[in-house]
Amino acid sequence: MENSETDPRLLVLAPGDNIAVARLEIAAGTLLQVAGRSVTLQRAMGFGHKIALREIAAGERIVKYGAPIGSATEAIPLGGYVHSHNLASDYMASTVPVEAAL
Amino acid sequence: MTHMRGWRRSDGRKGIRNYVAVAYLVECAHHVSKEIAWPYGEAGAHVIGFPGCYPNAYALKMMQRLCTHPNVGAVLLVSLGCEGFNKKLLERTIKDSGRPVRLLAIQENGGTRATIEKGRQWVEAQLKDLAAQPTEPMEVSELVVGTICGGSDATSGLTANPAMGRAFDFLVQEKAAAIFEETGELIGMEGWMAERAITPELGDELKACVAKAARYYETLGYPSFAPGNADGGLTTIEEKSLGAYAKSGASPISGIIKPGDIPPRGGLYLLDVVPDGEVRFGFPNISDNAEIAELIACGSHVILFSTGRGSVVGSALAPVIKVCANPRTFARMADDMDVNAGRIHEGTADLDTVGREIFDLIQQVGAGAMTKSEGLGHQEFILTYKSFEPIGPACLPAVA
Repeated sequence: MENSETDPRLLVLAPGDNIAVARLEIAAGTLLQVAGRSVTLQRAMGFGHKIALREIAAGERIVKYGAPIGSATEAIPLGGYVHSHNLASDYMASTVPVEAAL
Repeated sequence: MTHMRGWRRSDGRKGIRNYVAVAYLVECAHHVSKEIAWPYGEAGAHVIGFPGCYPNAYALKMMQRLCTHPNVGAVLLVSLGCEGFNKKLLERTIKDSGRPVRLLAIQENGGTRATIEKGRQWVEAQLKDLAAQPTEPMEVSELVVGTICGGSDATSGLTANPAMGRAFDFLVQEKAAAIFEETGELIGMEGWMAERAITPELGDELKACVAKAARYYETLGYPSFAPGNADGGLTTIEEKSLGAYAKSGASPISGIIKPGDIPPRGGLYLLDVVPDGEVRFGFPNISDNAEIAELIACGSHVILFSTGRGSVVGSALAPVIKVCANPRTFARMADDMDVNAGRIHEGTADLDTVGREIFDLIQQVGAGAMTKSEGLGHQEFILTYKSFEPIGPACLPAVA
């Protein structure tokens, strides 16, 4: 079920997800294969952090485990880091300020 | 190919174990019960019980379901003599199920020593009879499997829980009943979960269940989304809840049950463990074994337990399969762990592979293989006070 063209350091939790999570710490500047494209990681990613598997439009739902975890607050490029700065809950305002999360 | 076998009970269900339950009906009878059972722990005598002196409808229902659980072949009830538990009704329920039952009141049997002596004689005779009972082949469709997580860490939601979700999907495909719970950890996911319900009315009930849990935990000051969650890569409350929710897999949700309700057919069920009415008696489940006991009271033959930091518990009456999410924990506590889902974290196995391994292991356990916690003699059990209203008519839609 995992995309063979995606770096094995990334874990795709369900088919159809538009994000993957890092299995382990990945350093900034690392060249990663993401859905068949080469992407240079702009920032270090800790275990469990998310990366976009394709281009995601502003307002589009972010899907993990096959389920929506919120919506993109801005356009996210393929390979882009996904966290509090570009993803907001559809359920309640995040209780964590963006700076604290990053 | 694994061939499961089971002991058929009068209600048509089959057990994958054939135990004698030694049940204390108040804490005052706990020591005597333990003394009766301990020489026969490996032979299949398991201690369960209710510590309270004051009657409680939930505790009575739990004890009725546990004493007539398919893994139980005979029951010794140990009473002090003056407690409020409705022991005559419990004894009648067990007798009506066709199981041998004996009620020993310590006050009427000459105290501690004499009761232990009588109890051991009875248990020994029952174990001998049970050992001679024949088994029958058993299908996956006859299984009820419960799931829980405890001692979680950041790996739990990414490896063990989704892998157990895959195993749940395999079980439901084969028409087994699979039960998930922890409504307090589903907050933010109720809208999505409602879309998985087999009827819109059941969807509304699912949302109401989670709203009840949110209200209950708010009263108790339970934390929701903490800054540490964001450091671990989680962004939203629904994402955090999904880590726990992933245990349920991707099957449609067939119904909602409460502790002691038995799923009417195969499918995926949510067990609502949060009491109804005003907040009473403290936390809904004071530790993992309280939930495990409830899953078993719903007929679970086997419990899937996901852990990241490393829980060691098993349970009385039903085998517990420990799925370890974290490879470092697995290396440190391998004797306690049945499945190493940490391989997903390391990139040496994928979710489907580990999910299939869990599914296969359930069948091996159903064929008689012992889990790690069984082999180590873990037989934890806890039951406390709660109060519930019966489930509403929309909770179990009558569709196949």
